[in-house]
Amino acid sequence: MSTLTLNKITAQKGISVADATRKCADLGWNPSYVREAMTYPSDYKITKAPRDPMKQVLRSYFSMQEEKDNRVYGALDAALRGDMFRNVEPRWVEWMKLFLAIIPFPEISAARSMAMVSRLAPGEDLRTGFTMQMVDEFRHSTIQMNLKKWYMENYIDPAGFDITEEAFGKCYATTIGRQFGEGFITGDAMTSACMYLTVVAETAFTNTLFVAMPSEAARNGDYALPTVFLSVQSDESRHIGNGHSLMMAALKEPENHLLIERDMKYAFWQNHAIVDAAIGTFIEYGTTDRDKNKESYAEMWHRWVYEDYYRTYMLPMEKYGIKIHHDDVTLAWERITKKNYVHKIGQFFAVGWPVNFWRIEAQTEKDFEWFEHKYPGWYAEFGDFWKWYAKLSKPGQKVITFNEEVGYVYPHRCWSSLVPCVIREDMVVGELNGQLHTFAHEIDRWTAVEAFADEFQGRPTPAMGRFSGKREWETLYDGVDLADAIVDLNFVRSDGKTLIPQPHLRFDDKDMWTLDHVRGHTLGSPLNALRGMDEATRKAHLADYAKGFTINPCN
Amino acid sequence: MVATSSSVGSGAAGAAIFADSESRKYRYFEPRAKRATHYEDVTVDVQPDPERYLIQDWIISFPDGRGAYEKNFTKAQSSNWHAFRAPDQEWERTHYQRQSRIEVMVQAVIANGRKSGAQMAFDAAWGKTLQKHLGAWKHAEFGLGCALMQAQRGGYTQMINNATLTNSSYKLRLSQDITLYLAEIGMDIAGWDDEAGKTGWLEDPMWQGTREAVETIMGTEDYLEQYFAINLVFEPLVGELFRSGFLMQFGAANNDFMTPSVIAAAEGDYERNLANAIDLIWLLTHDEKFGAQNRTLFQSWAQKHSALADKAARQLQPIWSKPHSKPVSFEEARAVSEERFAKILGEVSLSR
Ligand SMILES: [Fe+2]
Ligand SMILES: [Fe+2]
Repeated sequence: MSTLTLNKITAQKGISVADATRKCADLGWNPSYVREAMTYPSDYKITKAPRDPMKQVLRSYFSMQEEKDNRVYGALDAALRGDMFRNVEPRWVEWMKLFLAIIPFPEISAARSMAMVSRLAPGEDLRTGFTMQMVDEFRHSTIQMNLKKWYMENYIDPAGFDITEEAFGKCYATTIGRQFGEGFITGDAMTSACMYLTVVAETAFTNTLFVAMPSEAARNGDYALPTVFLSVQSDESRHIGNGHSLMMAALKEPENHLLIERDMKYAFWQNHAIVDAAIGTFIEYGTTDRDKNKESYAEMWHRWVYEDYYRTYMLPMEKYGIKIHHDDVTLAWERITKKNYVHKIGQFFAVGWPVNFWRIEAQTEKDFEWFEHKYPGWYAEFGDFWKWYAKLSKPGQKVITFNEEVGYVYPHRCWSSLVPCVIREDMVVGELNGQLHTFAHEIDRWTAVEAFADEFQGRPTPAMGRFSGKREWETLYDGVDLADAIVDLNFVRSDGKTLIPQPHLRFDDKDMWTLDHVRGHTLGSPLNALRGMDEATRKAHLADYAKGFTINPCN
Repeated sequence: MVATSSSVGSGAAGAAIFADSESRKYRYFEPRAKRATHYEDVTVDVQPDPERYLIQDWIISFPDGRGAYEKNFTKAQSSNWHAFRAPDQEWERTHYQRQSRIEVMVQAVIANGRKSGAQMAFDAAWGKTLQKHLGAWKHAEFGLGCALMQAQRGGYTQMINNATLTNSSYKLRLSQDITLYLAEIGMDIAGWDDEAGKTGWLEDPMWQGTREAVETIMGTEDYLEQYFAINLVFEPLVGELFRSGFLMQFGAANNDFMTPSVIAAAEGDYERNLANAIDLIWLLTHDEKFGAQNRTLFQSWAQKHSALADKAARQLQPIWSKPHSKPVSFEEARAVSEERFAKILGEVSLSR
């Protein structure tokens, strides 16, 4: 319904959106005095100009976004007026210390990556789309920093929020998020900024991130996160459009096909490994809501990743002659449903609590029932572990990380995704630069050894990135006392002794762990240990590792 | 609502007193002033680096071994890249507020102007001048916007890159504002040729110097050189010369109040971006360790880009004689622009 106003009667005819889009795209030209520098090269060759599927101009963009912002900031004010924090579940907010430490960096990396994709293809049809995405991602990054600050100011325990960006660079868990964010901006420009970021992360996985997380937040009394993240998600279709359009332009050159196949495989598998580990844990372990009628993470994954992405986005690429890695999708699905991937990650995070910067509370009877209902067999495998965790949550107990009574065996790290090799039977050892490395799965080995190399299946790939740095976090503190490591990490409260991380939600100094409670245990690097073994010992160790471990009964 | 799982029955600040229960400020960076500004809180250290706080170093690298962000993405050096804070303190919300205000204003000007037939009152020669020369100029703004989009990937800190990002956003908005403005008034003017601007940009000798200067900036790999060349050199010598020294001053004299309004926003954008750029460059020219060598480097950038900008400006001269009414001469406009350029360089201890 429209009302007739004087304004409309006297309004001049504006130019059509299609015309406006065409004219803005025509702002570009082929430089003839100085060629544009290919600062961020790619092995892809794109000769056909991609088309803008969205038909958009900046004129209407800024006010639309400002309006979205007004709604977000209005909702934050309303949440405070409604005393949201009185009823919020600390179990949930604690995990936001991890989540919101990670996410602003991948977001701003996505903004930076627009520099990398915008010169890959001829024509300027996508420039407006790239501009919007650049500013959108700047929005996402800073609006999330703002949300985190807001939690810090209003939540019962601000510790951990208050060191957030420092913690991001140091923590043994955030390392996974850095692999994700750096993956958007480093190496072959097309691989990182289009395939890994847009074609896979944004297209396949943002629904779990930005839609599933908000629903769970709301179930835990947190109305702020949904407002921010649904607003963030509303920008994603634009980004997905950019990536799809650029990939379709790349598809037109048959010599790109091999690279598209490589990158789809790498990006899908690594996004699965990283996003499912993190978001799966937040949703399944960060919640207190155990309504059996709600979807589990596995059920949501099936809907969004399997049905929406695999069936409607990936499969149709076959008709362009792209080989789709159907098996990997099935494997990922089975890791989540049959091999308890998310649960094993949740368990790993809990074991490592002293080198985190948030509180992880034990799961209890009420949680057990829900897990068993959604994941039959869960209790037999994880029930005793969480009972141990609850028991060992009191200061003075021997910290769970080093407590042999429990029966947990600290895992190896995957050199590719940086997520630990928690599905023990799938771990693979491979050689890279003449040294042994551990991988969570054969596909992770393939990623590090075959995909991230200067040649792929006989084809030179000089622009491809490399895995670098001190990738195994444990190497940093090999042989260091746990308390000294925590001091070095700066995960200590300002009294100089109380730890920022705590294995419980008791907000009382007498229940809080201090450095003295964790002193006397030496951290070790599983990778260094493995490399130091003679061959026979190593063989035995790996066979043992593949068998897994058994948690002892906890009474 | 069920009671929360919190041991004290509330998840709110102040519900319990314990170690750090009142630690309600980010405590990993030094604010510029006594208290951190909102801009600092949402900006500082979001882009990490091995000094702050990547203990594992960059974990993916380019094939030549460089990580995601390296100091040598520019030839300039700094003993503290992290010191810079953008004077405009822009973060997402203020950016959208400002951009949206401009868009609303520009569209209102165009709509109201067209409604009252303002474009019909243009002096005929002025209409042709806009068609061709403002039409050509929009490509210059676009090229600079694209160069800045490229540059916002390269800086060593979040503060540098975000200031560059918003600068890019301003430029690209402006290029589209001009494009749509011309297309819309063109709908009402008989015989309007909307392609004339691009043809002029690509072929007319008056515009080739400008195009060369812009393409040189676009083709530069050093992000800081791009940022420097745009804000400290090209803008005062060519950008302001054409926008302020021609469009703003000639518009009114030729019965055009719309063009100056559309362009005025850009002058406001530039004031902010210039302030950001001067602060950053000032820090680098006054760096205790690298100040002297940075000054030499920047002097060479200033030389290189001002030679191109000077040539561009001289080639634009004939445009000043196109309209009927000529409130200022090219020489007068050029003198103002020269003076402005000298003043800008002076602020960062450089000279012509
Ligand atoms: Fe985003
Ligand atoms: Fe995005």
